[in-house]
Amino acid sequence: MDTITEGFLQAFKLILHLNPDLIGIIVLSLKVSGLALLLATLIGIPLGGFLGLRRFPGHGLAVSSINTFMGLPPVVVGLFVYLLLSRRGPLGALGLLYTPSAMIIAQTILALPIVIALCRSAIVSVDPIIAQAARTLGATPRQVTTTIITEARYGILSAVIAAFGRVMAEVGSILIVGGNIAGYTRVMTTTIALETDKGNFELALALGIILLLISFGVNAALHLVQRKGALHAA
Amino acid sequence: MRLTLSHINKHYGGKEILRDCSYAFSDAGTYVLMGGNGCGKSTLLRIMALLEEPDSGTVAFLAGGKVLAPDPTIGERHLHEQHDKGSSLDAGRLLTPDLALRRRITLVLPRIGLFSTSVWKNVAYGLSLRGQKGVAADEKIARALAFVGLEKKRDQHALTLSSGESQRLGIARALALEPEILFLDEPTASIDEENTSIIESIIKTMKQEGRSMVIMTTHDRSQAERLADRLLLLTQGALQDVRQA
Ligand SMILES: Nc1ncnc2c1ncn2[C@@H]1O[C@H](COP(=O)(O)OP(=O)(O)O)[C@@H](O)[C@H]1O
Ligand SMILES: [Mg+2]
Repeated sequence: MDTITEGFLQAFKLILHLNPDLIGIIVLSLKVSGLALLLATLIGIPLGGFLGLRRFPGHGLAVSSINTFMGLPPVVVGLFVYLLLSRRGPLGALGLLYTPSAMIIAQTILALPIVIALCRSAIVSVDPIIAQAARTLGATPRQVTTTIITEARYGILSAVIAAFGRVMAEVGSILIVGGNIAGYTRVMTTTIALETDKGNFELALALGIILLLISFGVNAALHLVQRKGALHAA
Repeated sequence: MRLTLSHINKHYGGKEILRDCSYAFSDAGTYVLMGGNGCGKSTLLRIMALLEEPDSGTVAFLAGGKVLAPDPTIGERHLHEQHDKGSSLDAGRLLTPDLALRRRITLVLPRIGLFSTSVWKNVAYGLSLRGQKGVAADEKIARALAFVGLEKKRDQHALTLSSGESQRLGIARALALEPEILFLDEPTASIDEENTSIIESIIKTMKQEGRSMVIMTTHDRSQAERLADRLLLLTQGALQDVRQA
């Protein structure tokens, strides 16, 4: 009981005093996950759009694979990226293992299927009448596509937010490929895992609180976006 | 602009929908196409509005003494002439003749398909597709909205409009583009009497102002009587001229 109370008190102190170690870890977390999200968004939205708008041989297989990849276990992704980047791996020469870049690669792989799958579903749920209406008003095929994507904007934004929630919270892949090096690759989730293991609860709790707040913020944003989308589709 | 249909045939699956439909829409005014549910009115309208191809037969437009047809074997030279004038620039690229032609006519669908944005932006949409922005475009939008009585709702979200207002917005969205032929597919099928009479008077005013030829469908006989300069009937895939006013 005492350890818990004491831990919380110390945790709040760390947060209130803007402890530099704490801030450094939070900033790195946001950087890694933010960049991974940016990459996943840049690659995933066009791919999701393509899957939603075009039919091609193997389309069904592609969609169901992407849906399956949404649930990729982070440790498996970590292992895969580790093998790729390890010294004897195909990309070993780049020397990326145990760097923030390796973590960004792993989280991009985790975020990508979420962005693709949710974007696709946002796009296919746009009423086909929209494309017809665009054509009656003189849209070129490209303008029709842009119009559909615009109509799906809330769903696409939801996809991006959901992917951010996923990568911020995961620990498995970045622990494996980042190595949890203090001041270099140590982020919120990996620090919590390590410090809890060592019995240093205050830093772990402080980060836990921040992580919960972030996750709360992500969910609030998701809720808002979905409500706005639902309102507009009413 | 005049419109000529020659020997239009259309099947869906094994089912014949339109059989050898020919007609010349040659006078300004309102043409009303009647026929039972599922007889092919919407299909014929989509074909005339160049949104769907017939299995065989041609749709040709006549404007300024030139034949403009989506079929490249008809009036091709004229299409290229029109093309070369560069009158239809789309973001710097020349449009295909088909699209250039399609942009001179507009179809209002029975389910309008409003975009999830403001009333104003719904009307602005077609103009911005054509690269038209700024004061001149704003004036067209304002005029179209005033014409259908939606000027006060310009900032409202389009998907919160009533069905009658939605239908009027659909018409405003088309009118802002100043189409030479306006196709209306069952414009009053799903709305109340008040909005029906508003829409009927919009159609009548359009005729008085001589803006564009209107070709519409309805299954309401008395509405057809009220609006039609010419009444056409589609039965078992065949198009007949019933009455000439
Ligand atoms: N895209 C389509 N594919 C298959 N059948 C269609 C399609 N569009 C219309 N039909 C069929 O063609 C017939 C005519 O439809 P439609 O032109 O909508 O009739 P109307 O507008 O006169 O009620 C109907 O039997 C309808 O089911
Ligand atoms: Mg119909």
